[in-house]
Amino acid sequence: MTDRPVLLEAIDVSRIYRLGRDVEVPALKGVSFTVEQGDHVAIVGSSGSGKSTLLNLLGALDRPTSGEVRYDGRDVQTLSDTELAELRNRRIGFVFQSFHLLPRLSAVDNVVLPLIYRPGGRRERRQRAIAALTSVGLGDRLDHRPTELSGGQQQRVAIARAVVTEPALVLADEPTGNLDTRTGEEIMALLEQLHAERDTALVVITHEAEIAARAARAIELRDGLIVGTAEGDA
Amino acid sequence: MSLRESFRVAMSALVANRLRSALTTLGVLIGVMSVVLLVAIGQGAREEITGAIEGLGSNLLFVLPGDGDFGAAPTRSQFTLDDVDELDRELPGADRRVAGSVVGGEPVQAEGERLTTTVQGGTAGYLDVVVRSTARGQPFTESDVATGRRVVLLGAAVADQLFPGQDPIGRTITVGSIRFRVVGVMERVGGTAFGPDRDREVYLPITSAQRLFATTRIDAIFVRASSTATIDDDREIIERVLERRLEPEAFSVLSQDDIIGVVGDILQILTLVLAAIAGISLLVGGVGVSNIMLVSVSERTREIGLRKALGARTRDITRQFLLEAMVLTGIGGAIGLLLGIGLAELVALFAPIPAEVTLWSVLLALGVSVAVGLLFGVLPARRAGRLDPVEALRHD
Repeated sequence: MTDRPVLLEAIDVSRIYRLGRDVEVPALKGVSFTVEQGDHVAIVGSSGSGKSTLLNLLGALDRPTSGEVRYDGRDVQTLSDTELAELRNRRIGFVFQSFHLLPRLSAVDNVVLPLIYRPGGRRERRQRAIAALTSVGLGDRLDHRPTELSGGQQQRVAIARAVVTEPALVLADEPTGNLDTRTGEEIMALLEQLHAERDTALVVITHEAEIAARAARAIELRDGLIVGTAEGDA
Repeated sequence: MSLRESFRVAMSALVANRLRSALTTLGVLIGVMSVVLLVAIGQGAREEITGAIEGLGSNLLFVLPGDGDFGAAPTRSQFTLDDVDELDRELPGADRRVAGSVVGGEPVQAEGERLTTTVQGGTAGYLDVVVRSTARGQPFTESDVATGRRVVLLGAAVADQLFPGQDPIGRTITVGSIRFRVVGVMERVGGTAFGPDRDREVYLPITSAQRLFATTRIDAIFVRASSTATIDDDREIIERVLERRLEPEAFSVLSQDDIIGVVGDILQILTLVLAAIAGISLLVGGVGVSNIMLVSVSERTREIGLRKALGARTRDITRQFLLEAMVLTGIGGAIGLLLGIGLAELVALFAPIPAEVTLWSVLLALGVSVAVGLLFGVLPARRAGRLDPVEALRHD
């Protein structure tokens, strides 16, 4: 793995939230690790371990209080809000626990969503969205609204939306948290399949040891610190 | 994100909330409609009234009591018939260019019919000077005026009412408590929406009218210039003559243009006041848009967070919400404009008030409605654009 170029670097990252004037809550207390291109990493921890905070930092949605998060060698601290938006749009695909689909849009329009924030024609966007939905097995559900789809199908739409931009990294936050075991298994298999086919790095944030074990590497967080790194089965 | 794409997203959000969008639009619609309609009525009134003044002829000079300040309280006239005679002597050219008039309201009755009319007392040249003529009978003569003869000319409507289907000439009517013999009927003028109805007046020799009103004064003097070119010369002579006889504040000499200018200014202010009142309702509509957009932003916080996570920039989000506000007010403005024009036409059709839709009110209403969208959309749109994606995604 070490021969692959580094996609993402976290160097001694900490993040402190200020609640009110004097109360400071340290959510991350100096975390360092790297994600290479095509890597498969799980970040494991119970609630309160700081994994949501880390997700926000890895997703370029937030900036660290100290330390550096580097994407392609660029420190996100030095990027403007607009540059961060572009970084998210071009390099990162998000998969959320609660899907975050827009209920008034059809499946295909939900998948088109990240593409409207980059140049390109409408027809081409739609074709790419259809291709992405087909690759997650929903080629026959293009015009269904989220409410007309099962939980597993909704998460598939969300996955299609994450990969339609051909990102370097898919960031999945508890992707099976709202699904039953069997559907969760299918969703994980789909994420791993797309990761393998497209050579996209996959970072899964989870509290389940079973899911963590599927990754090439599992980073365990506790109280804002990395307490262990385990090489997985994959 | 292209402008077209922003527009599509804005439209789809508005369509998803049809009823709310329609109701919000209604506020702006009513505002724009009232601006267009009220300005049309104000403008129409202005045209009508200045038209009526112009109908008197452009060569006419009005000598009125007071210093000509229309804002001041009415001044008691100090003019007498001697002033008329003096002006007639001093002004060059043909005689009968000067006329005096005294006006009052009196009940008029004949054979049981009774009505209240405006009574105009005039000198012998009065009808010529103000360009009126009799349909039948004769106007007053110099001797009628000199002897205060009790003769009367009836306005067409008065004649119709007092003597329906009969010839009034030679009959007797009572004006106030004095009996007069009808010597003529005036040409029908036709009413206007504003000002006195000339067909509902009666005309007496000025001396008889003075006796009726128990006064030795007259209310106004009219001078007809022989041409527009000599109007300023005449004005100078009038002022010189009257200054010998009266205080300078006691009279003023106005041309038709002066009066149109003053009256036009007053009516223009009236129109602007109407527009301002209607503008307030437009403003209220704008506040409604702002309010609804704020609700919409807070309802769609998660959507905004998601869009930001997917790569929307602050300005993409701001523009989307700004466009939503502007589409709301723009549609309201366009429909309000059409309704305003339609109602103005209806008013012109069914009411004596003419309505005139002006280009400036149309452009103003449309421009203001889009500007209202911009102005009142900025606050919610900026709030949306500035949302922190982490917070917004967690919002429920």
